[in-house]
Amino acid sequence: MDFDLSEDQRLLQDSISRLLGDKYGFENRKAYLKTAEGWSAEMWAAYAELGLLGLPFAEAEGGFGGGPEETMLVAEQMGRHITLEPWFTTVVLGGGFLRHGASAAQRAAVVPKLAEGKLKLAFAHTERQSRYDLFDVATTAKKDGAGWVLDGAKGMVIHGDSADMFVVTARTAGGQRDKSGIGVFLVDAKAAGVAVKGFATVDGQRAAQVTFSGVKLGADAVLGDADGGLPLVDRVVDEAIAALAAEAVGAMEAAHLMTLDYLKTRQQFGRTIGSFQALQHRSADMMVALEQARSMAFFGTMSAQDSDPVARRKNMAAVKVQIGRSARFVGQQTVQLHGGIAMTMEYAAGHYFKRLTANDGSFGDADHWVRVLAESGGLVAAA
Amino acid sequence: MDLRWTDEEKAFREEVRAFINTNLPTETRERMKMGKSPTKAQVVQWQQILNKRGWAAPEWPKEHGGPGWTTAQRYIFREELMLAPAPSPLGFNINMCGPVIIAFGNAEQKARFLPRMLNLDDWWCQGFSEPGAGSDLAGLKTRAVKEGDFWVVNGQKTWTTLAQHADWIFLLVRTDPNAKKQEGISFLLVDMKTPGITVRPIITIEGGHEVNEVFFDDVKVPAENLVGTENRGWDCAKYLLGNERFGQARVGASRERIARLKKIAAETYDGGKPLTQDIGFMTKVTEIEVELQALEMTVMRVIATAMKNPGSNKPDPTTSVLKIKGTEIQQGVSEMLMKAAGPYAWVDGDPDMEGGSDQVVAEDPDIAPDWAFGLAGVYFNWRKQSIYGGSNEIQRNIMAKAFLGL
Ligand SMILES: Cc1cc2nc3c(=O)[nH]c(=O)nc-3n(C[C@H](O)[C@H](O)[C@H](O)COP(=O)(O)OP(=O)(O)OC[C@H]3O[C@@H](n4cnc5c(N)ncnc54)[C@H](O)[C@@H]3O)c2cc1C
Repeated sequence: MDFDLSEDQRLLQDSISRLLGDKYGFENRKAYLKTAEGWSAEMWAAYAELGLLGLPFAEAEGGFGGGPEETMLVAEQMGRHITLEPWFTTVVLGGGFLRHGASAAQRAAVVPKLAEGKLKLAFAHTERQSRYDLFDVATTAKKDGAGWVLDGAKGMVIHGDSADMFVVTARTAGGQRDKSGIGVFLVDAKAAGVAVKGFATVDGQRAAQVTFSGVKLGADAVLGDADGGLPLVDRVVDEAIAALAAEAVGAMEAAHLMTLDYLKTRQQFGRTIGSFQALQHRSADMMVALEQARSMAFFGTMSAQDSDPVARRKNMAAVKVQIGRSARFVGQQTVQLHGGIAMTMEYAAGHYFKRLTANDGSFGDADHWVRVLAESGGLVAAA
Repeated sequence: MDLRWTDEEKAFREEVRAFINTNLPTETRERMKMGKSPTKAQVVQWQQILNKRGWAAPEWPKEHGGPGWTTAQRYIFREELMLAPAPSPLGFNINMCGPVIIAFGNAEQKARFLPRMLNLDDWWCQGFSEPGAGSDLAGLKTRAVKEGDFWVVNGQKTWTTLAQHADWIFLLVRTDPNAKKQEGISFLLVDMKTPGITVRPIITIEGGHEVNEVFFDDVKVPAENLVGTENRGWDCAKYLLGNERFGQARVGASRERIARLKKIAAETYDGGKPLTQDIGFMTKVTEIEVELQALEMTVMRVIATAMKNPGSNKPDPTTSVLKIKGTEIQQGVSEMLMKAAGPYAWVDGDPDMEGGSDQVVAEDPDIAPDWAFGLAGVYFNWRKQSIYGGSNEIQRNIMAKAFLGL
């Protein structure tokens, strides 16, 4: 085991940290939020140039050739600046489906454009009844000659309003909560019958309600096994959980440091508030939560590569639980220790709190996953 | 000892409930049932209905327009309002400034301000906090200088809740810069229409416009608007803050929200079964309910003590317990509501407070179930509860210093 970065990894980390340091101050972010897209096209181009969009794809396919560790490093930096661009949805989620589910031909059609910043992806899976169960799918894909016809509605599709293509889960066979009979489809956002209604989410991201009405898909739209797509979905989501964990660590670290700085400068009762022991202990507890989370983000990146889906799922559940618990504590205390100022839109602290809360909610919150983990017997086997 | 409600108290509860059911406008109740704050018009309308019945100020003495209730009746009345849910009488008028005028004001001030407060003809706001004076309220710098028959006020207040609605503001101002911190402060009543006052909105993290900065630039306030004794305003402030703390328990409000949470949980499926059958979810909710039950009994004990010693202004250590636990419980319930909504909590819905937010979306039922809109926003907004009214850290300091002898 080696926690030190390689020379290449350090270079990657330095270059993105420099880019975001220059271009993603809180005031920049405010300006990006105000644009029609809700994020920065200029930054998107800069990510492409740095290789962050092609990051996980093989060099031979037009990518950067990075592995899970590289994704972790980038996600952490994105979290530090609570960036708004669809990097996670396009590269981690969309990219995951392309790497694990697409044929070489399907990848060739998409990856080069994606890496150049000319194509964005979003993962359309949530339905009104499904909550966090990825296999609860009512949207249907019916065989139509060689191709398919897609019908259904997906909600809370993160960055769905800027996506050029959707990765869509749809039922090809069986009942709504069957684990087999699920297909994963790549759908052009401009295809006839696709309707997209975009809106803002509370943490400053964008999302969309996406409906598919009689959308005709070619035979080549399906990623992998048309009836057995769930293992693919689980695998991609497990990688996404690892990236979300790293993102949360970046955001927690920024929030913790920001709070520390405030404790050292804010004066009340003629002294800095950091001189009050109650707040010193709270700040120390924030650091404990952050360090536990940081360790769990490493564990997540390590575990997401496990080829045994059962062991992997347990470990990723554990990651969600620890990250969620830490994010909640650090987020809440960031606000509490700042006092009123953190309650305002104009100040960064509250935005970190909101993003950390939403990070926990992504793909099921800590409460959901602790239940799943407990029901599966926990992590330590009985003596 | 008899810990049960008396028959008279039970009958009183029925009377209050019946009155609310007959008189509370349906629109107001429906809006509040969705977890939203009532609009200004709804608050005013309801308080005028209560005032007509003589119930606008449960805690005020009869001679000033109060109903003359026992402490238990006041509690029952307020609990029934929260359970309905109906707007509470405007706190700035009824629980903050009114009691200060009753306790410290002169006869002219009482005659001039109290009836209009009761009827909400004037909406008041609280001008205490400043950028440099939050927890350390006595560090305030806004100056008032006597010039003839006027006080001339210069300085800035901040976090002023609903100043955009307000006709009047009650201020703590520094009138003697040379005295010790607490000893040079006065309590001043200021008409918001006076020239030189500027109100600037502060948008809170969920997008609502509920707080403001208020700037004072050579604002001339008639000398007769000073309450109590010059430079003794800190006595008024302490008296007022004690009342504010007591009001933070809000047991009825939490009970109403938990009832709503359970209804939502029964209709929300996670892992193929309703959340009410999810033992992890229900354990958390139940733990909050137990804390709430304990808090209610603590409130009763405080009330019982108060009933035995009417007129006593001795600070009761348990008011800090009420503030700490009351806010933790409310925050906990708001968090569970957000969690129940799952992914749909994230839609940037109508913020908690009415007023100009820059990023409100219409509540589109295609996007999320109607009950889920804004639930994350309420959770975010309610983090304020452990910050204001004397932060929960400050409450613990008060307990440690004043009561535990530490
Ligand atoms: C939504 C909202 C509405 C408000 N409405 C009003 C209003 O209508 N009128 C009004 O006058 N004010 C209002 N306030 C202001 C409120 O009373 C202050 O925010 C509060 O007093 C805390 O002050 P501060 O925000 O400056 O934080 P600070 O006082 O700077 O506190 C920062 C942190 O330090 C901690 N701290 C400070 N001193 C100590 C200590 N000695 N020991 C341990 N910890 C300490 C605090 O607990 C907090 O965690 C409102 C605030 C909010 C957020």
